[in-house]
Amino acid sequence: MPAIERIEVTQSVTSLFLPELGHFALCLALSLTVLQAVVPMLGVVTGRVLWSELARPAAIGQFSFLLIAYLILTWCFIVSDFSVSYVAHNSNTQLPLAYRISAVWGAHEGSLLLWVLMLASWTMAVAFFSKSLPRDLTATVLSVMGMVSIGFLLFMLLTSNPFDRQFPVPAEGRDLNPLLQDPGLIIHPPMLYMGYVGFSVAFAFAIAALIGGRLDTAWARWTRPWTTSAWMFLTLGIMLGSWWAYHELGWGGWWFWDPVENASFMPWLVGTALVHSLAVTEKRGIFKSWTVLLAITAFSMSLLGTFLVRSGVLVSVHAFATDPERGVFILGFFAIVVGGSLGLYAWRAPRFRASGKAGFFSREGFLLLNNIFLVVAAAAVFVGTLYPLLADAMSLGKLSVGPPYFNTVFVPLTLPLVLLVGCAAALNWKRGRVDTLWQRLRWVALLALAAGLAMPWLMLGKTTFLVIAAVSMAFWAMFSASEEIIRRGSRRGWLKIPAAIWGMSLAHFGLGIFVIGVTLVSAYSAENDVRLAPGESAELSGFEFRFEGITQYAGPNYDSTVGKVTVSRGNKALAVLEPEKRIYRAMGNAMTEAGVLPRLHRDLYVSLGEPLSGQAWSLRLYYRPFMRFVWLGALLMALGGFLAMFDRRYRKPGKLDSGIERHAVAESDV
Amino acid sequence: MRYWIAALCLGFGGLTLAEPPALHSGQEARYQALIEELRCLVCQNQNIAESNAPLAEDLRLQVAEMINAGRSDAEIKDYLVARYGDFVLYRPPFKPNTWLLWGGPFLLLVLGLVTAFRIFSGRRSETPDESVDQAALHKLLQGQSDQRNKS
Repeated sequence: MPAIERIEVTQSVTSLFLPELGHFALCLALSLTVLQAVVPMLGVVTGRVLWSELARPAAIGQFSFLLIAYLILTWCFIVSDFSVSYVAHNSNTQLPLAYRISAVWGAHEGSLLLWVLMLASWTMAVAFFSKSLPRDLTATVLSVMGMVSIGFLLFMLLTSNPFDRQFPVPAEGRDLNPLLQDPGLIIHPPMLYMGYVGFSVAFAFAIAALIGGRLDTAWARWTRPWTTSAWMFLTLGIMLGSWWAYHELGWGGWWFWDPVENASFMPWLVGTALVHSLAVTEKRGIFKSWTVLLAITAFSMSLLGTFLVRSGVLVSVHAFATDPERGVFILGFFAIVVGGSLGLYAWRAPRFRASGKAGFFSREGFLLLNNIFLVVAAAAVFVGTLYPLLADAMSLGKLSVGPPYFNTVFVPLTLPLVLLVGCAAALNWKRGRVDTLWQRLRWVALLALAAGLAMPWLMLGKTTFLVIAAVSMAFWAMFSASEEIIRRGSRRGWLKIPAAIWGMSLAHFGLGIFVIGVTLVSAYSAENDVRLAPGESAELSGFEFRFEGITQYAGPNYDSTVGKVTVSRGNKALAVLEPEKRIYRAMGNAMTEAGVLPRLHRDLYVSLGEPLSGQAWSLRLYYRPFMRFVWLGALLMALGGFLAMFDRRYRKPGKLDSGIERHAVAESDV
Repeated sequence: MRYWIAALCLGFGGLTLAEPPALHSGQEARYQALIEELRCLVCQNQNIAESNAPLAEDLRLQVAEMINAGRSDAEIKDYLVARYGDFVLYRPPFKPNTWLLWGGPFLLLVLGLVTAFRIFSGRRSETPDESVDQAALHKLLQGQSDQRNKS
């Protein structure tokens, strides 16, 4: 039999049963998850050890079957099995292999499968890394994660099955949304989901604390690395989304305060608050019930984000009403999770007593301030995102809440945070003193002010009061983070600085970089919409953009028009930018690819518009100073989280009382 | 992340630009700021600077004409609100139905700060109780060690 024919025969045979096998694997995963959710919890209640021990194998089984389902769906994409309607809707034979594999999470059903697979991975990770934890705690945590997983698996099987078949089988599929055919979008959703789903671990620990009545230093220490890693993934996910939007949408913006973006930003803000309040709970034994509430809220916000994005309610209240099946399911699930956990909280949280006390001018007090500002900022995003929906639903009129609102409200709520960051490491626990703080940080403050005055002026030639204030605060955060490292390194040796301190300082330094980026790119950006014929040029911020003309080429599954723009300053040519406009053949969709000249201190950016009369084209030119700082800052924050996870005290669980351990705690101080 | 929204808009993704309207010199910044605060009414969630829908193009031209005719920002917005309602403004006006929107976050901040302050001052006032406990504990421990010393 010739090879090609054999492949076709194999394919048609596998096509008969593989998707059914995938569907079956999902069902098996669901039944194992029910086992994982119910039996260990009963074991904890009745004191049957074997029942509690079932959590781990059940979690492994759940993960294995989900992985099988996921691989089968991927295979269906690779061989273009259009009998699976999800594949037929989101892929075609022209699609390059890499995008076929990433198309698995390109739309609703598949991204849900990825979501539950990730939830199962986190569950597995907890099962493996929690061997030294008390058996009851592990069993309860895995059981709670199982309950969450049941909700999502049911949702998938009942309303959004990725293995649904369609007959007759179409000869050709439609296409993966061309907006998603970009390297940035291959990794952005998985990162984001890892973050969303990761908060389920903190959530499960919080519920376990409420059920078990145990909330102490050990609990906080076990919860911290999980929370930090979820936070790190979410940070990376949001950053990648922003970077992608900048390159792909052609509007030169990096953040649009779009409801879908806000849906990912709310859990990030609450998660950041959680990371900080966990520190206080671990070190000082206070803010206990607040920490639990934040853990519940962070995960609820992740679920809310899913609801907002997946139910179609954002598109319009009416779209939700015409096809309410999915939306109603998620809303119901959301109500059960949030209502149930808050009910449990109201019932059990009052038993948590603070075991320490502190004055307001102390690290505890400042961390509480941090929490208040972060939570209020999250609330502002929440209000701004949902207000138009509520106003419409309650007939208060149709409103739009957009970037002008968020920028006005958000900036005053978050700038104080940057001020607080500077004091983070320098202020003592329990009772800080103004004079020691001043003694330690006065040079940092002066230096920050000087840098804030000088830098915008030197680099960009002009400055305003707001810019000076924001940039000074950013330097304040960066310098004080460096001061902490230098002080420790020079006193006790660089190698003795605990990973947690490196992580915290790096993240705070990153925040400073981020704030500089945001401030300067908002204050000094310039843009220009121009009409250029070949050979003509336009000027923007001292750069000359010369339009050379267009060329055409055929990509694997699109046809592209490429503009050629030479950028120069004075007589020196800097680069040739090639903004593209692609038409994807399958559905005839148009997409842009911006031409960007990235530099650390400025981006020059061109996007190609429409052909106009004659040979001329409309072009949009942007000058974006310090754009890279925004993403660099976010990257450093994520890296800081990554380092903090590896603090050695997390690797020695259960040895709280040993002398070495106590030494490590005193050293780390975070 | 904006792909859902962009995908739903008429042109399906990406930037398209018609011929930019001619403006009197020195008005470009004002024009740009204005069109970025106005919503494209037929798109899902785009301002008229970004949108490529015919309506957005039409609105851009109208805004440019009004700017050239010497109308102020407020006059231009009033004109558009009269035709399309508050929906056209991305910066919602401060009115009874938006008091909560504009005031809510700051109200919450004040509440949070007051609560935090009360928690900390409350905690300090609890201090005597705990110190009594500590003293009792101390005495207990002392008693124990005394006994141990005696034995």
